Amino acid sequence: MLFKSSKISAVVEWGTLLISTVLVCFFLVVVIWEIVSKGAGQLSWDFITKVPSAGMTKGGILTPIIGTVMLTILTALFAIPFGVCCAIYLNEYAEDNWLTRTIRASIRNLSGVPSIIYGLFGLALFVQALQLGTSLLAAGLTLGLLSLPYIITTTEEALMRIPNSTREAALAVGATKFETIKDAVLPSAMPGILTGVVLTLSRAAGETAPILFTGAAFYINNSNGYLNQEFMALPYHLYMLSTQHQSIEEVRPIAYGTALILIIVVFFMNLTAFYIRFKYRKSATEM
Amino acid sequence: MKYRTRLSLDILFKIVFKGTGLLVLALLGGILAMLVYNSFSFFMDVKPLDFITGMEWSPTAAIPKYGMLPLVLSTTLVTFGAMFIAIPLGIGTAAYIAEYASPRVKNLLKPAIEMLAAVPSVVIGFLGIVVLSPGIADLADLSNGLNALNGAILLAVMALPTIITIAEDAIHAVPKTYKEASYAMGATKWQTLRKIIIPAAAPGIIAAVMLGVGRAIGETMTVLMATGNASILPTSMFDSVKTMTATIAIEMGEVPYQTTHYFALYAIATVLFLMTLAANMLGEYFINRFRKYHAV
Repeated sequence: MLFKSSKISAVVEWGTLLISTVLVCFFLVVVIWEIVSKGAGQLSWDFITKVPSAGMTKGGILTPIIGTVMLTILTALFAIPFGVCCAIYLNEYAEDNWLTRTIRASIRNLSGVPSIIYGLFGLALFVQALQLGTSLLAAGLTLGLLSLPYIITTTEEALMRIPNSTREAALAVGATKFETIKDAVLPSAMPGILTGVVLTLSRAAGETAPILFTGAAFYINNSNGYLNQEFMALPYHLYMLSTQHQSIEEVRPIAYGTALILIIVVFFMNLTAFYIRFKYRKSATEM
Repeated sequence: MKYRTRLSLDILFKIVFKGTGLLVLALLGGILAMLVYNSFSFFMDVKPLDFITGMEWSPTAAIPKYGMLPLVLSTTLVTFGAMFIAIPLGIGTAAYIAEYASPRVKNLLKPAIEMLAAVPSVVIGFLGIVVLSPGIADLADLSNGLNALNGAILLAVMALPTIITIAEDAIHAVPKTYKEASYAMGATKWQTLRKIIIPAAAPGIIAAVMLGVGRAIGETMTVLMATGNASILPTSMFDSVKTMTATIAIEMGEVPYQTTHYFALYAIATVLFLMTLAANMLGEYFINRFRKYHAV
């Protein structure tokens, strides 16, 4: 009797946890299903190769696609060199003193700073103080700052996994510390660094708040992607189409299409990161 | 390459690497300086006490009022609502993944949660407008569903991956011996989970929740799109709310440079910064406690 009831309650208990898990997965399914089922009808070659026309009620989304690609490249150009160098400093050079501890604490704090505050900082520093104006460059630099702490953290984790024997071997054959890092440590840490970089850039590509005041435009009539001009970006385009456009219902299909493209871009980058991680793990176990 | 060139390259790059480390300090310093300087300019015009205890936010009225309470309450309401949903779901899912799921299911669930974390906030906000808002309006018989409840549900979805990942790590890190001891005493799996594993993982779980709170407070696009943005003192989950982040996002685009209103938005940003900082620091405190406790 006792045994039987405890068996039932075990099932109930297992069920409660299962339900919460299923609910979480359900959220993901709703997100993907809603966007894919209503956005797929929009997808066509024209949609991704034509610029918006007729007050954005017709045409494609080429301009925001180019804007987002340019923005992500700028973010990468700025955040990767600085982020990787800082991680190298922290993991290879820094001693455990107050300066290092302060830098580490700053990185942890920076990764928790809301993205809208990065937007304000970009506005104050790049747009106003450095006179870049609201432009692609200002927005790219702002997103670069936002990405910096993530790139530092993931790169440092990748460097930490490299065994000290790798460094000692390079130093033993007469390499300087810099050569050890350049020729021995960085190449072996590369897959880990790449994973972190791709994941960070996929986040940056989907960010909206930091580009609100630093250069994203409702509409521009060319798709050149000049550094000193305002630009259209996929997430901002979706925000505008779903809340600010004068005929919201009419542009809803385009909004779904934009959301789908955005999700495809972001998921594709994530899958690339998973793939690198997976391959790296495999080759690491084979060694 | 000559030995001397190699040596000077070595020294040069040591300086470059250290310089980038200092750049990080400059970045945080710059953000702090910006917040402090602009807030200070704001408090030259408006008394700090009026700002902190003011019940009305109407900066564009004939007699502008800069009371931050409606905004702070909105943020708090939406965040608490989100946590009310996300904490049980997050801990339940984390416990399921760590204790019940087979390796195969685990290998499916973990990428799924990472995918959910990767969905851009603007897409979640969009779904709030097209899916959740009509749903809430139907169920609660309202003219539209753009309110605190909508924002809370969406923020819960956004905070869940953070909470699940960290809570799962914490549950996973509880030493196996605890579990075995509990089973040896005749406890069931559920009793072990509730009485042994979750209490042992508690600091890690609290950390997970605090980091989720930090994420929810600072989230902009989702609440901007889904909560209706009426700056009134909210009284229920069905009221439209205007959070601190949404206020900055909406009004910064419209204010003239270096007016009281402009500075006021930086003052709001300072409060926002302090709130997320407090949440994240609490989270970190608990993570460190957890690590110390389980360092064997």
